Amino acid sequence: MSDLKVVQTLDTSGLSCPMPVVKTKKAINAIEVGEILEMIATDPGSIPDMEAWARQTGHELMESHDEGEKFRFLIKKTH
Amino acid sequence: MEEKRKKLALISSQGTLDWAYPPFILATAAAAMDWDVGIFFTFYGLPLLKKDFKASVSPVSNPAMPMKMPFGGDSFRNINWPMPNLLMSNMPGFEAMATNLMKKTFKDKGVATVEELRDMAVEMDVKMIGCQMTMDVFGFKKEEFIEEADVGGAATFLEFAADANVSLFV
Repeated sequence: MSDLKVVQTLDTSGLSCPMPVVKTKKAINAIEVGEILEMIATDPGSIPDMEAWARQTGHELMESHDEGEKFRFLIKKTH
Repeated sequence: MEEKRKKLALISSQGTLDWAYPPFILATAAAAMDWDVGIFFTFYGLPLLKKDFKASVSPVSNPAMPMKMPFGGDSFRNINWPMPNLLMSNMPGFEAMATNLMKKTFKDKGVATVEELRDMAVEMDVKMIGCQMTMDVFGFKKEEFIEEADVGGAATFLEFAADANVSLFV
């Protein structure tokens, strides 16, 4: 998809709760509305946490992948 | 978002390393979700506002505390060492050892330090209120606390918490 342009990648590998959501929030603040942030995590709790984070903040969790050792998320800033 | 922001009101009443974590973890996670967050630091939680605080963990009165060694092979690391209270409480240096073990294990697991979490909370505009009465009782001065800390009493906290969506006493 041509509009799926990741403007920044945030790697939280090795960090545990609550750092993946805290760092995601900071990274989202730094990009523009409509832009997409890629976030990589190793914290297994990051899947439910990122889903909850997206519901609470209203940003769009476009993709959430379990890649075995790593978890990969695509988040679109909506506001 | 247009709707009213959610609000988290926490009371932090314990200053040991293990109990210092929950309020700061919850506060930073909530702030990351655009919630307004306030923490009222009272009794033994108050020293967590000090510029230089040294939280330690006491295995005494934590009989369920698992102790794991942060070195060696996986099978060794996964052993839960029993922590007999009578032995520990009488052994000089045991608390320092338990504190260092917990810090090392947390670090290995990628858990931020309490100091890092507190800095993060400050950066995310978490409101921190030190309990005036506890300051008077234990002899703390406002100058000992981080600049971002406010001072207030029960009424100050309750007013903040009155319309909170989540209120927790830690």
